[in-house]
Amino acid sequence: MWIKKKPSWDTIPPSEITPYDVYLNRRQFMAAAGAGVAAAALGPSAVAAAVRRRAQEAQVGEVAFGEELRGELNDYDLITTYNNYYEFGTRKQDPAQNAGDFRPEPWSVEVSGEVHRPGRYSVEELVRPDEVEDRIYRLRCVEAWSMVVPWRGGAFRNLLTRVEPTSNAKFVAFETVYRPEEMPGQRRRVLEWPYVEGLRIDEAANELTFLATGLYGRDLPNQNGAPLRLVVPWKYGFKSIKSIVKITFTEEMPPTSWNLSAPHEYGFYANVNPEVDHPRWSQARETRLPGIRKSPTTMFNGYGEQVEHMYRGMDLTRWY
Amino acid sequence: MTGSHEPSVTPSPPEPAPRPGSARSRRRRVLLLKSAVWVACGFPLARGLYRWFLGDGLGANPLEAMILGSGLSAFVILTASLGVTPMRRITRWNDLQKVRRLLGLWAFAYALIHVSVYLWLDQGWAWGFIVEDVTERPFIVVGTLTFLLLVPLALTSTRGWIRRLGRNWVRLHWLVYPAGALGWLHYTWGQKADLRGPLIAGAILASFLGFRVWRRVVRNRAVG
Ligand code: HEM
Repeated sequence: MWIKKKPSWDTIPPSEITPYDVYLNRRQFMAAAGAGVAAAALGPSAVAAAVRRRAQEAQVGEVAFGEELRGELNDYDLITTYNNYYEFGTRKQDPAQNAGDFRPEPWSVEVSGEVHRPGRYSVEELVRPDEVEDRIYRLRCVEAWSMVVPWRGGAFRNLLTRVEPTSNAKFVAFETVYRPEEMPGQRRRVLEWPYVEGLRIDEAANELTFLATGLYGRDLPNQNGAPLRLVVPWKYGFKSIKSIVKITFTEEMPPTSWNLSAPHEYGFYANVNPEVDHPRWSQARETRLPGIRKSPTTMFNGYGEQVEHMYRGMDLTRWY
Repeated sequence: MTGSHEPSVTPSPPEPAPRPGSARSRRRRVLLLKSAVWVACGFPLARGLYRWFLGDGLGANPLEAMILGSGLSAFVILTASLGVTPMRRITRWNDLQKVRRLLGLWAFAYALIHVSVYLWLDQGWAWGFIVEDVTERPFIVVGTLTFLLLVPLALTSTRGWIRRLGRNWVRLHWLVYPAGALGWLHYTWGQKADLRGPLIAGAILASFLGFRVWRRVVRNRAVG
């Protein structure tokens, strides 16, 4: 046999290894195709498997939220090579390929508007080292695929207590850095740069709203929004703005990039909602990567318990 | 061959090479041309199958890779088939005509894969969703129309049908132009924000169609 002894990385409990439909499909095919083909095929598959397991070596320790999703975690590899981050290009593989020149250090974030303590904050001041925790969240993209990501970072709430929004603060506006020299995607006007996003103040203060500085226990890779990004797991992925340089507290609803680009397709709220379709595709189902099967999408991406109360009485068809 | 109804012409080689105008060298060049078309058109499919079954898979989102890959291949090859006549006129290499049907059939093959992946893998034969898609989403409606236009063309591409339909065959196969235009619309509509691909494709497609219109105008003027 080509493997005699289980290597050390093979002792991860099965529940922690990502289900890998594609891999299984291929294995079934190979079983059917006979030994000759199988032998030829094992090479690349085995390499891929080793890479995946190595990625999982960076174990996710205790998590503050989402323990029940541990068995569904996606590979580090997948999470860091399949990204929608148009600042680095519009194809999914572009960010991983083009983000190499980006410098996430030094970094500071300008906090302004309706706050008692405006100013320039470092990443450590916004997400204090003693508040750092790991959380596993589902990520549902508006394009009807989803993945499960182990984020590291801090609750957005903690930041709120530090910068102290005034009573006029009804919304929070976010802005991504604008550096066309380092972000090749910004050299073409695919969207209006810089990318902007926003939340209602109660959404920002929700227990789930998270500022991520890492994933899989390591610093955020550039293609995932280094050094600091938002994570709002009950909303479509595009709300979770990356590489944040500005946080502004406002009285008025702030503009958001995708809404500006296609207002009838992307609203301000962008809550995951299986009943409100995108004009070009259904949102009732999703593909959990890297598989190909569809599963039903759940309201608020399954986080109804934590967020539903914020939208009572709202017509979510109108406020999509 | 689609070109079989064309008057046969004396081969006039594009470069003033020592006249290799023999029937044998001409046949050899046609064979080479056809082989090149087979290789080029078969490449995306072969590569996809290899990666899926023997390589490291189709990436994080195999379904997306299959749908976008097959759709793009179908559209590019369809556009290439529309470019055959303009290219033939410009290069005066009349044998180019002999790959037009081949290109059309490859385009249809990819369209068939595209639609099958959509119906089977993407939608899982969930007819409720499919009917909703096909009737309510303009982008899918246009894709469906494109496909429906290509079906009769593929079915009647055999020698027998060409003979049976006579002049009507030419009329029927005129449908390839609206199919190209609708395919382009479907492609464009499917994009989220980045229109670079559709703009380039649109310029190429428009130049191919424009070439024919222009020639017709010039010819009519010469007659009148
Ligand atoms: C019943 C017919 C069809 C259906 C239901 C259909 C459906 C789709 C879907 C769901 C996508 C994916 C859009 C996305 O995820 O962004 C797509 C993309 C595409 N389809 Fe179709 N399609 C059909 C026919 C066709 C035909 C006949 C052609 C070509 C001649 C075609 C060419 C394309 C192209 C070029 C793309 C975009 C590829 C890209 O963005 O790179 N489709 N189609």
